Amino acid sequence: MNDIRKIERDVNMANTKISARSVDVFYGETHAIRNVSVDIADRTVTAFIGPSGCGKSTFLRCLNRMNDTIETCRVTGDIELDGRDINARSVDAVQLRAQVGMVFQKPNPFPKSIYDNVAYGPKIHGMARNKAELDEIVEKALRRGAIWDEVKDRLHAPGTGLSGGQQQRLCIARAVATEPEVLLMDEPCSALDPIATAQVEELIDELRQDYAVVIVTHSMQQAARVSQKTAFFHLGDLVEYDDTDRIFTNPRDQRTESYITGRIG
Amino acid sequence: MTGFAFLLLLMAAILGYMLNRYAAQSVRAGGGRFHSLTGYHGMFSALLVLVPVLTIILAWLVLQGPLIDRMVMGGLPQGALQGLDTGGRQLVLAEIKSIAGGRVFGTPEDWKLAAADRLVALRETSGWLLVVVVAVLGLSIIAFARSRVSAGFRARQGVERIVSGLMIFCSTVAVFTTVGIILSLTFETYRFFQAVPVSEFLFGTNWEPQIPIRADQIAAEGAFGWLPVILGTMVITVVALVVAIPIGLLSAIYLNEFAPGRVRSVVKPVLEILAGVPTVVYGFFAILVVAPAIRSFGATIDIDVAPNTALAAGGVMGIMLIPFISSFADDALSAVPQAMRDGSLGLGATRGEMMTTVLFPAALPGIVGGILLAVSRAIGETMIVVMAAGLMARMTINPLDSVTTVTVQIVTLLIGDTSFDNPKTLAAFALGMMLFLVTLVINIFALRIVRKYREAYD
Repeated sequence: MNDIRKIERDVNMANTKISARSVDVFYGETHAIRNVSVDIADRTVTAFIGPSGCGKSTFLRCLNRMNDTIETCRVTGDIELDGRDINARSVDAVQLRAQVGMVFQKPNPFPKSIYDNVAYGPKIHGMARNKAELDEIVEKALRRGAIWDEVKDRLHAPGTGLSGGQQQRLCIARAVATEPEVLLMDEPCSALDPIATAQVEELIDELRQDYAVVIVTHSMQQAARVSQKTAFFHLGDLVEYDDTDRIFTNPRDQRTESYITGRIG
Repeated sequence: MTGFAFLLLLMAAILGYMLNRYAAQSVRAGGGRFHSLTGYHGMFSALLVLVPVLTIILAWLVLQGPLIDRMVMGGLPQGALQGLDTGGRQLVLAEIKSIAGGRVFGTPEDWKLAAADRLVALRETSGWLLVVVVAVLGLSIIAFARSRVSAGFRARQGVERIVSGLMIFCSTVAVFTTVGIILSLTFETYRFFQAVPVSEFLFGTNWEPQIPIRADQIAAEGAFGWLPVILGTMVITVVALVVAIPIGLLSAIYLNEFAPGRVRSVVKPVLEILAGVPTVVYGFFAILVVAPAIRSFGATIDIDVAPNTALAAGGVMGIMLIPFISSFADDALSAVPQAMRDGSLGLGATRGEMMTTVLFPAALPGIVGGILLAVSRAIGETMIVVMAAGLMARMTINPLDSVTTVTVQIVTLLIGDTSFDNPKTLAAFALGMMLFLVTLVINIFALRIVRKYREAYD
């Protein structure tokens, strides 16, 4: 793995943003996630890797309670965000999702203008008092999404008219616009070409300055490039969770080694 | 005889199939690469027999009746039909036919008995002729098909060509029917406008189609202004939509997004049952339940309500349209990709916000298309309004008044003793034409929106 671009890995482990303990997920009768415990650090990129169907996306969706939207899905265990149980009755899933933003596998801009796409979150959460403030939020988000220069002249063109990579960065800008504290990314580059992937990865690395970023990825190279911590899932179990360097150079578990060397998966 | 002809045809088809299949098998057994499977060789022969011969049998059956009638009538002795008009001739023919069928009333004249015998003989001859034609044609086609069997013969393409020809024929049936209906409507409408000026029909505000049918009948001069009639249709349509759109849309939204699986699995089938209720049942629901209820409610708050209000007919029609609108809206909402829902919920939108800000706008073209189709159904709906709406045409938009509709007027114009050269009868065709045009325009509009909707995602 010598070709992997090393990224400065200054992780302050004292600063835990999300802490999950003994999380189990069931889809009807299927036991999708078994007893997973993970601490996700703030201002860090954490990668979830593992073969298809290993439950990494399912676990990601627990972190902002997106699994609530699936009728047959049941989640048990404790997940704490800043020390507060997110599954507690007092927590509104809707508020939580504003705090924990999400970017999906396939770019999914709404069939609205670029501006309206980004303004969507701020509008429903009443973050802007007037048009000028909203304009400002939108511009800031688009700049953070590293797409401002490409779209600033056509903010009112439909978001669906952008290229795949631009759409995904638009979706990231849209998620950033609500000023979340954590950003969840479910295979954000799987539908993108290598150039767009490189742009999004660069963006992820920048976002680390302000957010805890959790990224699910199929590509081990990507995990190695962008993340500081890596969790390896296999068949619903969290097999190993450690610094990315260590996972890729000196894994403790046999299964992790088999996966990263391409023998299972 | 006809049954025998059909049997013969069936046997010929089977024979052709077996012969060709057997021939193909024996050719293949002799070695060499075969283009088509043996079954295709068999099918080729069978279809080649079936299609033309069946066409000939059907054409024969259609044409032999009038032809034999003509021959029988032509063979009657001189002077037998003297002084008889068309109706009288028909009567004579009917009597001859019933004698030929063995039902003799009284003592018919000798020439009628002779004509009946002649009729029977002609039918017999025609039947035998048909059988002979079928047999000869069938056998020669079988022989032809058999001669084509060889390793290189493309039987599969032949079969496919015949089948695709059949499919083309079937798909043009609807087209030709539509064209035929339009032509007959246009023709009769033209005749109507020869009796009544176009401007009077289009801009007249008076609809009283009472015209003396016979010269000695006392009746007022008719008035044919369609405006009050179409206005009545509009009033009832609007009432129906005011009922159907909110209920239909909200139930679709609820079922699509908010209802738990169990509720959905009960309510959806029930809505579909509502769509299956015959309109005549809605009709007496309107006239026996809804109209009296509205009238007595009006009486309690001192409002004068007509016994057959537009409100009752339109309201019940609205109930009929609910499943229509809700299933269209449900389809449109379901067609919005899951990614849109996830994207919206993932940004912290509530389900309600997701519905109003993302799903509904995205599904809107489909929903509007459904509503427009419901409008054209409401305009064309007949049974409910025949039973529950009034007959008097008046220029009013008060839904508590009694109004009439285009469809009701068409029904009343054509019911009973009518002659087809009377403006009163022809007016029905003119109204039908206008109705057709209005619904056509709405349907084109609806289809355009639906098509546009298809382009929205992908």
